[in-house]
Parts: sequence; C-alpha cells; structure tokens
Amino acid sequence: MAETIGFLQPKQSVISRRRDIVADLADLLPAGCLISDERGLKPFETDAFIAYRRMPLAVALPETTEQVAALLKYCSRYGVPVVPRGAGTSLSGGAIPQEDAVVIGLSKMSRILDIDLFNRTATVQAGVTNLNISEAVSADGFFYAPDPSSQLACTIGGNIGMNSGGAHCLKYGVTTNNLLGVKMVLHDGTVIELGGKALDAAGYDLLGLVCGSEGQLGIVTEATVRLIAKPEGARPVLFGFASSQAAGACVADVIGSGIIPVAIEFMDKPAIEICEAFAHAGYPLDVEALLIVEVEGSEQEMDEMLASIVAVARRHGVATIKECQTAMEAAAIWKGRKSAFGATGRIADYICMDGTVPLSQLSHVLARTGEIVAGYGLRVANVFHAGDGNMHPLILYNINDPEDAARAEAAGNDILKLCVDAGGCLTGEHGVGIEKRDLMLHQFNQADLDQQMAARAAFDPQWILNPSKVFPLEGRPAA
Amino acid sequence: MIVHFEPASEEGIATVVRAMAADRASLAVIGGNTRSGLGNPVRADRVLSTRRLSGIVSYAPAEMTLTALAGTPIREIEQALAANRQMLAFEPMDHRPIFASSGEPTIGGVFAANVSGPRRYVAGAARDSLLGVRFVNGQGEAIKAGGRVMKNVTGLDLVKLLAGSYGTLGILTEVTFRVLPLPPAAQTVVVSGLNDAGAAAVMAEAMAQTTEVCGAAHLPESVRGRFIDGALPDGAATVLRLEGLEASVSLRADTLAKALARFGAVARLDGGQTAKLWAEIRDVKPYADGTKRPLWRVSVAPSLGHQLVAALRLQTGVDAFYDWQGGLVWLRMEADPEAELVRRYIKVLGGGHATLVRAEEGYRAVIPAFEPQPPPVAQLSDRVRATFDPHRIFNPGRMAAIS
Repeated sequence: MAETIGFLQPKQSVISRRRDIVADLADLLPAGCLISDERGLKPFETDAFIAYRRMPLAVALPETTEQVAALLKYCSRYGVPVVPRGAGTSLSGGAIPQEDAVVIGLSKMSRILDIDLFNRTATVQAGVTNLNISEAVSADGFFYAPDPSSQLACTIGGNIGMNSGGAHCLKYGVTTNNLLGVKMVLHDGTVIELGGKALDAAGYDLLGLVCGSEGQLGIVTEATVRLIAKPEGARPVLFGFASSQAAGACVADVIGSGIIPVAIEFMDKPAIEICEAFAHAGYPLDVEALLIVEVEGSEQEMDEMLASIVAVARRHGVATIKECQTAMEAAAIWKGRKSAFGATGRIADYICMDGTVPLSQLSHVLARTGEIVAGYGLRVANVFHAGDGNMHPLILYNINDPEDAARAEAAGNDILKLCVDAGGCLTGEHGVGIEKRDLMLHQFNQADLDQQMAARAAFDPQWILNPSKVFPLEGRPAA
Repeated sequence: MIVHFEPASEEGIATVVRAMAADRASLAVIGGNTRSGLGNPVRADRVLSTRRLSGIVSYAPAEMTLTALAGTPIREIEQALAANRQMLAFEPMDHRPIFASSGEPTIGGVFAANVSGPRRYVAGAARDSLLGVRFVNGQGEAIKAGGRVMKNVTGLDLVKLLAGSYGTLGILTEVTFRVLPLPPAAQTVVVSGLNDAGAAAVMAEAMAQTTEVCGAAHLPESVRGRFIDGALPDGAATVLRLEGLEASVSLRADTLAKALARFGAVARLDGGQTAKLWAEIRDVKPYADGTKRPLWRVSVAPSLGHQLVAALRLQTGVDAFYDWQGGLVWLRMEADPEAELVRRYIKVLGGGHATLVRAEEGYRAVIPAFEPQPPPVAQLSDRVRATFDPHRIFNPGRMAAIS
C-alpha cells in the first residue's frame, strides 16, 4: 500500500555490520533468545497498526534485567537503534521496528515477583500481561484498575510505555495514576529504580515522565503497581438513544450531575451491529446509539446512582433501558464492548483514532466525524470511552487498495485535527507512535516540542531508543 | 521578603527571565510565599512573585476541569468549586499553620510543590489531578504541556515533571486540573486504643474492604487530644473516613464498624466533626505549635511506617502520627543529627524517603531537605533540569539534594 508516514533512513553503517552485530548480541544472551532469520523476524515486522511493516535487524528476547542492560550497553556503544516491544498490540505503530534496529522484546520476562496485599501492591516483570495481574489477586478481592481492551494480551511494560487507559479509568485513572515504581534500564545499560511501594518518591517525578514515553527514555523491566479492593458489586446498564447527539449530550449531563460512574461507553449503530453479531451481547439493534453505563458499590448504592442516571437519560429522550439480571448478562455486555476492535476486523480493515475532546464538544465532534469520513467515501463505526471524552472512530477501509488506504489516513488526520481544534488532544490512550507523529505540530508549537525533545535527550542523547516515533522527523535536534 | 518582580502576564514573566538569563542572575520564585520554609534555603539575586498573575481562566463544572492562572489564591478556587458542589480531590495541605506564615497560598504553589492531603491515598496526589500547564522555562520561553482533557498521552508528560519540581524547572503561569463532585455526606469510624502496629493492621484490613475508605490515619495518644478540641475518645485513635451518598455512607460505616469491632472500641464522627478532623490531619495540627522544631515527613510503604518509628524509638525520643494507611509519617525527634538517622533506618527497612519540612534556616542550610538520590538518578535529574533551566537561574539551592 501507499505509505505516507516515513521512517528515519536506516543507518547503512549499522546494516552493513549486521552479521557482526547478530553474532555479538548472541553472545550476550542465553541460547534461543535471539532471532535473526527472516521467517523468525517476520512476526515482529509490525504491531496492531498493521498498515506499516518494517523488518528489524534482529529480535532479542532477554530473560533478565541484566541481559537487557548488556543489550542496551552494546547498542548504545555502536549506535544501533533499539525498539522495545511488549505484546505488539500498539494501535499507533509504537512497536514497529526499522531495518537497522534491534527489537528488545520483554515477552520472556513474565513473572509476578511479589504480591503484597497489606500494602496493596504487585511487583511484576514487564512482560506480565495486564489481565494476569488482576487474575493473580482476584481471589483475594483485589484488582488492577487500568483495563485496555487488549488486556488479555498486552503487557504491563507496554501499558507503561503508552500510559494505557481502558473503560474503567473514568473512576480509577490511567496507568500513570496506578503506577508506583519501576526498575528500568537506561540507554547506556545503567539500571535505575524509580519509586517503590511508597506513594510518592523523592526528587523530580521521573516516574511520571517515563510513563507514556513510548519506549524512548529507557526500557522498563519491572513495575510496582497499585491494587484496589474490588467493589461489592458492579452493574452495567444499557441506554439506547434515537441519535448519537442525544447520547453524547446525556453523557455530559450525567457527569455534570455529580455522579461519576465507573465507566460510560458509547457505541453508534454500525458498532452496535458489528459487536452484537460477534458477541451476542443482547444490545438493542433498533437504536442509533448505545451507552453502557456501569456503576458499582452496594446494591442500595447502585440503585440510588442508577435512579439518578435514568432520570438524566429520560431528559434526553432515552428509547431503551436494559438492566442486566445476571452476572452472565453483565459479562456479555462487556465482552461485546471489549471485542469491538477484533469484531470490526472481521468485516473490514480499519484504523482506530484515539483523540480526546471536552465533553461539551462530544456531540459536535461525533457529527463532524461522520461528515468527514463520508466526505472521503468511507464508513465509520464509533465505539469509545465517552465518560472521559476519549473517542475511537474506527475508519473502515480496504488495506489492499492504496487509494482507499490513503483516504482512510487522510480522514483520520482530519478527525484528529478536529479533536485538537475542539480543545482536545491527538491521543488519549493509544500513544503517538508513528501514526500521529506528523500531527504533533497541530497540538504543540515548535518550542513546546523542543522542550520535550530536550528532556528526551537527557535520557537518550544519541536518540537510539525507538527513534522514528512520537516527534516529527523534521526539526529534531542534532544527536 | 523583598519582591523585585510581580509581572501580571506570562509575557512579563518571560521578559524578566530572559533578562535574568542574560545577566546570569538567579531568581527566587514565589506565589503567596506561605511555603518558603519548605526545602533548602534559596540563595537568589532577585525574587519574582506570580501573585499578580491571578484569576480563574475557565471553569466547566460539567467537564470537571478548571483552568487558573498560577497566582490565583487557593481560597478563590475553593470558593468557586464549592459554589458548584465540587472540590480538589487531592485535598492540598495548608502549610501556614506549621510555618506560622501568613499570606494566600496559590494554586501554582500547590502544584509546584505537589501538595496533597489525606485523600491522596485513594484519589491521587496533586500531580494526578493536573492535566495541563503553561510555564516559562529558564530561557524565557513560554511552553505548553498537557491539555484540558482527562485522557491525554500526546507526547512526553512534562506536566508530571513540573509538578513537585519546586519551581526549579520553570515558572508555572497557568494550570488546568481535574476536579471532583463534593461528596454529599461523610463520616469517620474511630477505633480506639490500638498501638501503632495494631493500627497498621486495622487500616490495612479496612482498605481491603469494599467500603471504599478514603482516609486512614492513626493518631497515637501523644497527639490524639490535640485534634477536634479533644473530642476524640480516650486512647490512641485510628480513624477511617467514608464519603459518598448519605444513605450509603451510613450503611458502609455500619459495615466497617462491625468488621473492626473485634480490634477495639468503635465510635463514629458525624459530617461536621469529620470535616474538621481531616482538615487538622491534613494541616498537621499537633506540630503547628509556633516553633521551628525540625519536622519530618516520611513516605514509606504503609507496613513500614510504624516499624520505622519503633526502630527510631530505640535510639531517641520520637513523637509521630500517621496518615495514608501508615505510609505517611509526620515525625519529630530529639536526635542529633536526625537526618542521617532517619534516612539510614528507611534504607534498612526497605526504602522510601524523608523530607525535612520545617527547621531553623541554619539547619536547613546544611541538611539536604529532600532525600538524596542514588547517583545515577541524581545525575539524570540534573541533566533533565539542565534542559529546562540551563543557566540554573530558578530557585538555586531549593532542592539541594537534586542538583
């Protein structure tokens, strides 16, 4: 397909030494931890942003922090770019490699190191999946709050890289609000620890800077996260509306009424149909838009909150209200929502936008999004975290048709600019990666970006860590 | 303190900073000057106050966000929020009582020092509520970071870095932050007569319940009488706060009281008493005694707070009370030198840090007020600082342990 997003020119000085580099890296790792044959490298050429592919020079799968340190020390010494990778579920191309880069995959570092229920913390290796943490403490009545839809596969290291969110962060916050500490390896192989089991750390909040830095400040190998006691009960309720605008306005009014549900998810008609066909979640098919509102607490608390929410929904002309009667029904509602991206993938290729807008702009941005996509002759399905204004229009297209793909990308760019112009941002939880890199100057000016890049260079003066990502290729400081 | 510059605009601040940078002159940055006792003494050529850069820029209650200029008094912001039944979730401490300082604390100062209170344990620190900032860096450039929405991962999160940097990276000019609905009701469950270790266990037990405790503090007998005019029941008080809808708070308080009855006598405080008690815990009332006796703020894992105090007691006289389930220890000692002792024991127990919050200026001049960092982290912090303030003109000396 036509590729409009560029990568840095591969360093010929690195590519020409490929054979030596592979041999040297193999010496730093146990047997079976380095991949360098073409068939083995193939699965690492992209992530969930599948429109772009680049073969890496090699893939290293270290088993310990010391091995990560040895790899980075080597790559730093010889100027070899490094692309960190968790499970490769990035929707923005954050884990897509390049021809001169060594991928450092953390998948073998998947041990839970410590569960401390007294202090309500879990310390895990970076390759542990998001869901594994919650499962490990579920029987004791706890969970780890951020819940990206890919939580079955995505790793905590990747979550930290992208500062991942999820449906339930309306109440509990995103990764940065639930992260207490990391062990990480700097570009030159130095191992540092930031934070720990205490709630705050001394000095500058480097942990806050590292979270969401898209693998550009170092490689996180261990993380300590906060655990939260599970609520007594949780109840998702479906609200069907005759228009997306009515649903959007209802969201703003629910929040404005002083009630913060755990989650408010939005689906428009195309998304409802796609998800219902896949998950049989019991979604109403005769409405234009659906809200999944989840409240939690005791039965009596949930009743009280729901009564207020229902009153607001009625003011916005809600057409259908469906409360689930059993835990199975509740699980089905969430299964439908969380499989939205996968289910969409069954019917078409798609790119998923991730802009966030102020709630007052939700209806306007939804309407404009529909117009923009229609203007390019494409279809869109909207399924997103409405409570915090984090929109996910899925632009459907055919990946094998270069013109279609170019139109989808152009529509996506227009939508993201719309989000910024509405007072929002380019990305709420998926990260900039390569996908939104060239739009950064729409949200920031060059001085803003220069300050970010300078801080980045304080960690990685040679720019070897995930170098093609986040910052526009033009206007970078000389390394 | 003599204030040399009080610009009323961001551009005015940038102009001052450019002039200072050109002359390689240093600048102390203050808001309302109510927390200047915090950290190491600043030795600067000039003083700049953000006080005149004041006012709420925009406030959208339905979006739960507020934007204010950095010099806006906290009082003004809290009044605007209260009028819409909202609040600052992180419950910022007012430092005036412990420093016996006067003036108006500003919102910029709160975020520059990442000032948080008892609810920090469940609702996050000031930095967790901060969505976006504008600031002037050490080269006099106005920089924007973050934004106005809850979820935003666009670019490096400089917002977190600026929070808690005590004005050493840049001068905040505007802040945008998240606010939360004011809970309609609150109660406190009090368990009496526990020792420090027992209290830690009870607080951990309470936090593991589904009752959504949003404040967990232990007030040993030595300080108990100084809270809410001595109205807490006799004996050390372990206090647990519940907030929410009226009926639900009562119900949860019943559940919690029942679950904790086996540990000691249980009493309850109503909404009025609860508000007063937690404000006093937040502002460290027992040690707001008009003195400049050294006061330490220790942050450790909740299970370690009481162990630290017990270990220190074998060496010296200690008076302490606990917030954040036991992980935040407000501490007074009779040791000499104190810093070395408390920091050594924190390391032995497994990590955390101690901040010298208050002391005579002479003492603060020789003791690193903030916990010294391991060399690689200190060097990294120093490199980061240099990218914001290459000439080191902002608040030189304030974070002596950092750079």
